[in-house]
Amino acid sequence: MLTLKNIKKQFDGRTILDNLNLEVPDGQILAIVGPSGAGKTTLLRCISGLETVDSGEFILDGQPYDPANNRDNDKVIGVVFQDFQLFPNLTVKDNITLAPQLVLKQSKADAEARGQALIDQLNLSGKEDLYPYQLSGGQKQRVAIVRALAMNPKILCYDEPTSALDPDLRQTVEQIILGLKQNQMTQIVVTHDMTFAENIADQILRVEPIKA
Amino acid sequence: MLHYATEILPSLLSGAWMTVRIFFWTLIAAIPLGILVSLGLTANFKPLRWLLKFYVWLMRGTPLLLQLIFVFYGLPIIGVIFQRYDAALFAFILNYTAYFAEIFRGGFQAIPNGQYESARVLRLTRSQTLLRIVIPQVVKIVVPSIGNEVINLIKDSSLVYVIGLGDLLRAGNVATARDVTLLPLVLVGIIYLLMTAVATFILRRVEQHYRSWR
Repeated sequence: MLTLKNIKKQFDGRTILDNLNLEVPDGQILAIVGPSGAGKTTLLRCISGLETVDSGEFILDGQPYDPANNRDNDKVIGVVFQDFQLFPNLTVKDNITLAPQLVLKQSKADAEARGQALIDQLNLSGKEDLYPYQLSGGQKQRVAIVRALAMNPKILCYDEPTSALDPDLRQTVEQIILGLKQNQMTQIVVTHDMTFAENIADQILRVEPIKA
Repeated sequence: MLHYATEILPSLLSGAWMTVRIFFWTLIAAIPLGILVSLGLTANFKPLRWLLKFYVWLMRGTPLLLQLIFVFYGLPIIGVIFQRYDAALFAFILNYTAYFAEIFRGGFQAIPNGQYESARVLRLTRSQTLLRIVIPQVVKIVVPSIGNEVINLIKDSSLVYVIGLGDLLRAGNVATARDVTLLPLVLVGIIYLLMTAVATFILRRVEQHYRSWR
C-alpha cells in the first residue's frame, strides 16, 4: 500500500499540489483525473521520483519512502510514459531486458526468459527483434508496459495512456490494465478521459488547479 | 616518366606514413576527449563550463597553423618542451577535440529528456544511461559531421611542415623543387585522394551500421 501524507509541491512560487493525502491499497487501481494544468502529471512524477516534493511524506508498505532517492530494487515504481520513451537504439527484447540485467543483476538467460513470458502475456510474440520505429503506437505502449513490469515494480504508473493512441485502442488499454489487476498489480493512471477512468478505477482522485 | 615516379614514390610514401600516423592518433584521442569535453560543456558546474567554453573558443578561433607554432616554439619558453612529432600530435589533438566537442554537444542536445527519465525510472545509473542509451544515439546523429572533420584532418595534417616534420605534401614539395617538375605534386594529390577515399568508405560503413534503427 502506498500512502501520501500532506504532499506539497510548488513550481516557481506557484502551488501545484497543496496538502494532498492519498491511499492506494495493494492490487487496486487509482485514476487521477482533472483538467490540464491541474497537476496530474506532476503528482505522478512526484510518486515516481522524477520530481521532489517540497514537503509531506510517502509511506510504502508501512515504511517511509523517498521516491526520488530510493535505490532499493524491491521497491521499484514503474512508469509508462505518455510518449513511451522506448530506447530507439535497442530491439524490443533489449529494451525489456537491459535494466533487469544491469540493475537487478539477472543473467542474460534469466532476464530473457522472464521477458519472454511478459512479451507473450502482452501479445508481443514475434516482435522481439524489431526496433521501436518498426512498431505501431499500441505495440510501443505494450513494450513500455513490459519493460516496466520486467523490473518487478511495486506500483505501475501510466501518464495519459490513451492520449497517444487511436480512440479504438482505448478498450485494449483497459483490458491490459484490468488484466494486470488480476495479477495483483497496483496501478496509478493519470488520464483526462473520464469514461476510461470510470471503466478501470477502484478509486478516482480529482485534481483541480489551485487558485493563487 | 614512370621510372621517375617509381624513383620518388618511396620518399612520398614515407611522407604519407607521417600523415597517416598523425591522422590516426589524433582521431583515437580526440574523439573520446571530445565526448568528455562536450559533457563538461553541458555540466552544471559553471567554472568548468566557462573554462571549456574558453578552450573551445581559443581552439576554433585561431588557425591550427598558429597553434602548431605556439606548441613547438612557444611552450619551451615556459619550460614545456616537445619533440616535433609529439608537438604536432599535441596541437592536433587539442584542436580537434574542440571541434569534436562542439559536434557532440549538438548531438547530446538532440536527445530528448524523456530518454534520461525513462532510464532513471528503470534505475539505470548515470554511466549506464550514457553508455547504453544516450551515446549510441548521439553517435548516430554526429557521424556525418564527424566524417567532415575526419576528411579535413587528413588534409590539415599537411600543416606539420611548419615545425619541420616531413609529411606527404612536404615530400612532394622537396621533389618538385629539386627536379623542377610538377609530377611529384600530382602524385601527392592522388595519394591524398586515395586516403580520403578510404576514410569516406569507412564512414559510409559506419553510417550503414547505424541505419538498422531510427
